This record gives sequence, structure tokens and C-alpha cells, in this order.
Amino acid sequence: MWEVKYEKSQGLTDSKLSYCPGCAHGIIHKLVAESLVELGILDRSIAIASVGCSVFSYQFFNCDAQQAPHGRACALATGVKRVLPDNIVFTYQGDGDLASIGIAETIHAANRGENITVIFINNAIYGMTGGQMAPTSLIGQKTTTSQDGRTQKNHGNPIKISEMFATIEGVAYLERVAAYDPKHVLNAKKAIKKAFQYQMENRGFTMVEVVSTCPVNWGMKPVDAMKWSKEAMEPVYPLGVFKDKGRE
Amino acid sequence: MAKVLMKGNEAIALAAIKGGVDAFYGYPITPQNEVPEYLSKHLLANGKVFLQAESEVSAINMVYGAAGAGKRVMTSSSSPGIALKQEGISYITAAELPCLIVSVMRGGPGLGSIQPSQGDYYQATRGGGNGDYHLIVFAPESIQETIDTIKESFDIADYYRNPVMVLVDGLIGQMMESVDFDRPKKERFVPEKDWATNGTKNHPGRRNIANSLYLDPAELEQHNIKLHQKYEVIKKNETKFELIDFDNPEYVIVAYGTMARICRSAIEMLKNEGIEVGMIRPITLFPYPEKAFEQIPENVKGILTCELSMGQMLDDVLIANNGKHKVGFFGRAGGMLPDPEEIVGAIKNFNERVVK
Amino acid sequence: MPKGRVTFNDELCKGCGLCVANCPTHILYQDMKTLNKAGYNIIRVSEPDKCIGCAFCAIMCPDSVITVEVNK
Repeated sequence: MWEVKYEKSQGLTDSKLSYCPGCAHGIIHKLVAESLVELGILDRSIAIASVGCSVFSYQFFNCDAQQAPHGRACALATGVKRVLPDNIVFTYQGDGDLASIGIAETIHAANRGENITVIFINNAIYGMTGGQMAPTSLIGQKTTTSQDGRTQKNHGNPIKISEMFATIEGVAYLERVAAYDPKHVLNAKKAIKKAFQYQMENRGFTMVEVVSTCPVNWGMKPVDAMKWSKEAMEPVYPLGVFKDKGRE
Repeated sequence: MAKVLMKGNEAIALAAIKGGVDAFYGYPITPQNEVPEYLSKHLLANGKVFLQAESEVSAINMVYGAAGAGKRVMTSSSSPGIALKQEGISYITAAELPCLIVSVMRGGPGLGSIQPSQGDYYQATRGGGNGDYHLIVFAPESIQETIDTIKESFDIADYYRNPVMVLVDGLIGQMMESVDFDRPKKERFVPEKDWATNGTKNHPGRRNIANSLYLDPAELEQHNIKLHQKYEVIKKNETKFELIDFDNPEYVIVAYGTMARICRSAIEMLKNEGIEVGMIRPITLFPYPEKAFEQIPENVKGILTCELSMGQMLDDVLIANNGKHKVGFFGRAGGMLPDPEEIVGAIKNFNERVVK
Repeated sequence: MPKGRVTFNDELCKGCGLCVANCPTHILYQDMKTLNKAGYNIIRVSEPDKCIGCAFCAIMCPDSVITVEVNK
């Protein structure tokens, strides 16, 4: 007797995803959607889409949504959560949106302990705009705005968001995960679900940083991009739980 | 509540509470600080939301969030702060979300000064953000008129699903006047916010989205046309102005806000000298009261535009006048306030001030 | 009888190959002769009876193309 073990989540709409073939955005969208459904909070969730490849996420998550100006998702999320404290509010942001233009909004939302969940996709590049360097780009990484490779002298170092946010009191749960193989994807799911769980329990600011991929702008096949995510990015962005108020 | 002596900024705050505000998001900036200070105490006390954001950029985006969630939300700031909020204001207007924005103007440009000014007329009426959009802009001249306007502003914003800006200056914000908070408010139909993003459990079978992204140009053009049809309706229904001493004026002054009050004194002084001067006082700056100019008698010698700036409303006066009468300009900038005598002198030497 | 069974919603597939690379029994391959409407080469199962129902393919698929059933 056949029983379904895995199928498309009810937390996703019928819209076809706009992401490039093999981009990890699609994987992480599933994890968020599955978590919202499994926790029974989809119908009171409000997604805050940022600006970047995931700008269209308001079309993909099967819940109410708002589309934020570049970098301001955590401000919108704060604005919503403060007036609708019983709703579940989450932002879905790339590294350009969160670690560059929106870092002030994100740090202060964390510092206020805003009861929101931030899904932070770190693929070390600006995808939507065609492959520019991001604050998370690796030293030596060639991009359209660091064509001879990123140098510390000219462009500074890859910014370590999770390490920075671990010092912020208002953070209740913070984990950096990856998506380059099934084991890590399942662990990322656990982390995302836990972050939403903590929001349901009003524990404060929760964030999951996902070391992700950008096959097209990295100039790699999707399978090789997964490898690069593991071999090149993970050493710079070590995985693990950086904060867990539940275990303190 | 009978008459009470109150500082402009605090009166603005109390009026917003009377208007049914649910949330305030703002940031410190002189000369409007008493607005958030008053609200920080009284909003929280009534179980409402008050939050000082980390910047004006963040504050206006918090307003976006709460407005999209269907709540009555406001912010207040002054000139440079309002400049930082322009992108957010453009998004809020594009997503057709209602909110109140109080702008307490100060001297500019740049860091400028903290004295009263009207140097943000363009910013308020031409839209400092990107794209074709407009705010409904009110320019009250007294604290009483300011609180009456603010009490009604949320109903107007909700009805048109468009931000309302109440544009005052540091003088109105900082001075004290006796005001009455219980003047009856005009009853307006306020539609139910079935579009609010408050979770699909509140509207099963439909997802509510607050968005301003339209990658398909045809769709975005339709959206622009829709917004501008809204502005035509606003122009028809909400245009407001006052005509002062208009029986048969020799000259007509056009001034708003604090400058209009100073001009009232000048008009009295001129009348005592046998020079009849009338005034058009725009109360809405958008929609601009062009039709008021149709009531200017044919034989008037000229129109003197008076502003606390180098001349911005002057453009709209020239448009409304359409070449019919000579137009002159009198302005003080940087936060300087003219004495009424200066305006009396400007009228007497009108020809020296003619612009067109 | 195989322990697992996979079905592909071919029109959603973008031919990225992540499922092929992550199938532990290596029974998935890209059919370079068949395109879906979007012009991507779709994925096929070479030996369905070797499927162990681990769902690794579906877990790695960014576009929810794959449904996995297990034989209970």
C-alpha cells in the first residue's frame, strides 16, 4: 500500500518559482512553507518579502504578505508585529538586502528583541541585479564589481552576520545552516521550524542564516555550486547554533 | 474638554489620539520632538503602539507595515527627516496604504536650522520620492486648525487609501495657543479594510498582499492611471482654501500657514492706510486651490505670493494665474520670520517685486 | 516490489540535476532528448524497482517537482 512520504507543501502557492535552475532559494522556500504548515500557523502568518531574487516570495508563500523596500523588511515586520502581536511575522531576505543596505534595520529589530523570524539567505553575491559583490562575498571571489577578485584592501572582509548577532541580547534563537545536501537541508528545516516555534512562544528575535548558492552568477552548474557552497563558503561561514535562549 | 492652553506639537499628538491612531513610529528631530514625547506616554498608556525607530528610514517603513496590516498609523518628523522618508512614502502611496505624516518644517537646505520655514513645499506637493504620486497635503495656520485637520486625517487617508500629510512649521509646533479638542468632526464614510494583511484566517480563500512591484509595464501604467483618477476625485472633494477680505481688493496676497497669519496683520495695517488687500489662503496644498484664483476681481493690480522660502508655491500661483495678473513674490528663508511691516512695504512697492 | 516510488511533475522541472546527483541508488538520469514546455531536459528513473523511498531527490528539488511514496 503506497503512502505519500514527500510532496509539494500546502504552504506554497501554485505560482511557478522564478528562481534559476538549482538555486537553493527554492529549497529554502519549501522549508519555510513546510514549517508554517506543520506548526499550524500558515493562516496567521505574514511574509515580508525583501528586494533581490526573492522579491517575488510574496507570490510563493501561501499566506498574506507585504513587499518591502530594499533593506527595510525588518522595519515592516516590526511595524506589523507591533500592531498584530498574535500574528506570525517573518522576513525573507538575501545578503544584499540584509547584510548591506538593511543591516541597521536588522540589527535594531534584533536589539529590540522583536518577536519576528528572519530567514537570511547568504549566497555571497547580488543575484537579481546580475552578480555584483556583496558584503558576504569571499576574499578573492570574482564578481561583476570585483572583477579581479575581492580584496581586503579595497573591499573589506566577508561580513559574519550570525557571529555579530550572537552578541545581541534580544536574539532568542540564531543558527547558521546550509542547503548543499539532504542532511543539511533537513537540519536547516529543523532550525527554521524551531525559529518559528520560538516566535510562537514570544521568546524574541529569531534568525536562520542559510549558506546558499547562485549557480548562474557564480558561473557554475547547480551541482558544482552546491559543492562550492560547502567547500568555499562553509569554512568562511561555519555552521552551528549561535544563540538559543531555550537552552540557556 | 473646554479650551486648553497647549503647545502645538503636544496638541498634534493629542489630536492624533482623538483621531483614533493605533500606532506611532518616529525618530527624534527638532522642532517636532514633543509629538513623539507626548505620544510615548499617552499611547502606551492606552494600550496602543509607540516605537522610536533607529532612523526615519526605518520609522516610515514601520508605518508601511502597520498601515498594510490595516491599522491607523502615523509618523512625524521635520524637513531632513521627511527627506529620509521619501522612498517609504512613495512605496506606501503606490501600495495604496493610508497613514498620517506630520511634517514640522525647519530651515534648509541641508542640516539647515531649527527655525520655522516653508522650504519643503516642493517636497510635500511634488513628491520627494520616485514616480508619479501625490500626498493629500494640508497646511493649517493655527494650532486649532491643525488639530481639527489631524482629527479628520485618518478618515480621509482611510477613505482614499492614500497618505495624508499635515504640513506645519516649527512656529506652529513650538508655540502655545488655547484650543478646543471637542469641535465636531465632519462625519465621513470609512470603508472596511478587507485588504489588510492580517492573516488569511481573517479572509479565507484570499491572500492579501501589500505591494508596489509591477514588472509588467502595461499593468504599472494602469496602476498609475488608477492613482491619478483617485487624485482627480480628491481634487473635486477635498480642495480647501479661505478667502480673506475679498470684496474689492487692490492687491491679492497668496500665503499659507504661518506666513498667512503674518499677512493677516499686514492686511489690517494696510486697510488702516486705506489700501484694500485680500488674501487667498490655501489650506490644501495638494490638491492646490486653483479655482480660488477665478474669484480675483479683474481690476486687481497684482498678486503677491508670500512664503517662508525662496519661492516654491510661487510656481502654483503662476500656473493658477495663467498670465492674467502681474505676480510678485516676497519671501524670507533660513528660518527668518518677517514682520508684518515688511509685507506692507512689499505691497506698497509691488512693482519692484513683480516676477511675471 | 520497490520500497519507494517517485513521480515527476515534468512541467515544473528546470533540469538542474540536483536530484540526479543526490540519489543514493543512482537511478535518476537526465533525458537529453526530451524537453518540457519551458525547454528543460526532464529527469527520468532508470530502475524504478531500486528506489528505496529516501526522498533525497525530492528534498533537494528546489521546485517541488518530485512526489515520493513509500510502500507500507
